[in-house]
Amino acid sequence: MRRSLVSLVGVSKAYGRTVAVNNVSLEVGEGEFVTLLGPSGSGKTTTLMLIAGFEQPTGGEILMRGESVVGRPPEKRDIGMVFQSYALFPHMTVFDNLAFPLKARRAPNPTIAKRVEEALASVRMPGLGARYPRQLSGGQQQRVALARALVYRPSLLLMDEPLGALDKKLREEMQGEIKILQRELGITTLYVTHDQQEALALSDRIAIMNGGDVVQVGSPLALYERPATDFVAGFLGDVNLVEGVVADTGGSLARVQVIDGPEVTLDEVPSSAGKRVRLTIRPERLEISATPPAGANAWPGRVRELVFHGELVRYEVEVPSKLVLKVTRPFRGRDALLAVGQEIWLASRPGDWRLFA
Amino acid sequence: MRAGSRWGQALVLVGPALILLLAVYLYPLARLLFLSFTGGVDGALGFGAYTRFLESSVYVSVLLRTLRISLVVTAVCLVLAYPVSYVLSHAGSLTLRIVMVFVLLPLWTSILVRTYAWMVLLQNNGLLNQLLRRLHVIDAPLRLMYSELGVVIGMAQVLLPFAILPVFASLRNIDPRLPAAARVMGAGPWRRFRSVTLPLSLPGVAAAGLLVFVQALGFFIIPALLGGSRVITLAMVIESQVVDLLDWSLASSMAMILLLVTVLLVVGFDRLLGLDKVWV
Repeated sequence: MRRSLVSLVGVSKAYGRTVAVNNVSLEVGEGEFVTLLGPSGSGKTTTLMLIAGFEQPTGGEILMRGESVVGRPPEKRDIGMVFQSYALFPHMTVFDNLAFPLKARRAPNPTIAKRVEEALASVRMPGLGARYPRQLSGGQQQRVALARALVYRPSLLLMDEPLGALDKKLREEMQGEIKILQRELGITTLYVTHDQQEALALSDRIAIMNGGDVVQVGSPLALYERPATDFVAGFLGDVNLVEGVVADTGGSLARVQVIDGPEVTLDEVPSSAGKRVRLTIRPERLEISATPPAGANAWPGRVRELVFHGELVRYEVEVPSKLVLKVTRPFRGRDALLAVGQEIWLASRPGDWRLFA
Repeated sequence: MRAGSRWGQALVLVGPALILLLAVYLYPLARLLFLSFTGGVDGALGFGAYTRFLESSVYVSVLLRTLRISLVVTAVCLVLAYPVSYVLSHAGSLTLRIVMVFVLLPLWTSILVRTYAWMVLLQNNGLLNQLLRRLHVIDAPLRLMYSELGVVIGMAQVLLPFAILPVFASLRNIDPRLPAAARVMGAGPWRRFRSVTLPLSLPGVAAAGLLVFVQALGFFIIPALLGGSRVITLAMVIESQVVDLLDWSLASSMAMILLLVTVLLVVGFDRLLGLDKVWV
């Protein structure tokens, strides 16, 4: 593991009786891109504000490079920050916006001019220093906000839903640019979003937050493949969540009788038979075939619904007795589309099912 | 909806106010404008009244004094209003409500009552002089009544709410993330204020200045009672022309000159900042 730049140790923040952040511990390594992902009200923005110093924790420690920063004001924390609304100074030109943090650090004028030009070039906006923020498009404002947060080379970059105000296409474009820039500069980044797609695409590691708690921390792949709870499974990507009763725990495979559904064979072995459990499987892990497939978890099904999304197609398939499962398939042309009402077979591997007690 | 009926609807809504304005404001104003050009010999039309005004060193010095007092009152109001507005813009809703009542209270009190109250305070052996003497700040009483200082004090008190409200509104409208962004970028309190909060609140300050100055120009009761014959302002001269000398023509020309100053200021403000900013 990389040397830790930021450590949260049991950090809590309560407003009166409302606990916004509950005993959160998290390490962010030097140069790492960590995302706080969670629904609104999960405490991710409060956590960011605690690290920035705009809020004071009611419990726990916040360390930067091993040194406590609790009580240190934001202006002394050497942090760069991109706000959701960009918070560009409307009465200053782009140049003056970028020069602001350098002036606050009393950099000499020639250095300021050079750094600002470099920063503008790094976000592919050279020569636009004389413009005012209102003369720029949303995407350009976003770039300026990013350049302004980086121009003074802070040791930590905080981003609070920075792409929230952009349309989908621009958002994806900016994601790519942020990732490239972050990698080139090697700047430690803590990113807040509620958009799981964004978190997956950008992060080295993701911390999933819910109700003030960090539920799970891990690489995007680890979280997607091995979610610790059904909340994580459901929040990160799409998932089929079903309930069932453990029928048999013999050997290395277990069997669970899904309520109103078929029996599922899976290779996670639960504690005891007769226990009520929840199971998940990703829609893309369910296979569709025209003929009965071999192996476990082969069920006849009927297409109930079909939604065309362009590169992929989402089906709802009903399996006996009346369980409906979401299945996604890549779009392979009109001829390969199934029709509503069509009888097919569903198959899934035991290793693709997750079990939650 | 058809354009015609929309216009009709608008006319019905605006109509009563429009008729009132035409009757009690525009007509007298037009009448004054006409009268101001009847200052020639035997009431012949011409610039006679204006010439008499501008050629009289007394009247010109009254105009200059009026402008000077208004300017000083404006400056005093802005200097007093800014800190109050700043505190208000950061206050919780309870503090805000309480302080707002105190800010607006003077507006709900009769100007005459307030002016007499000031007379009690500002007299040679009034409360203020007594207090200052007891504290040994001064030996002889300060001349507060019948001086420009007293007039400025009285007018500033009356006009202060008109300065506080626009400045408060403009401070309140500043996105709190802007100073926060400045802060995280390493700016201390003074730099945050000087580079972010102050410049963003300047339109409100300009609006406040305009409101106070324009009102101060036409003030009558306070200079008449607190300044008396020692601090004569244009409004007082106009009154004496009408009441004592019955020279409607000269009075009208003076009123027109005041109006011209006001119009020039308002137009200038609109060109620079936009009139919509006055009421933020």
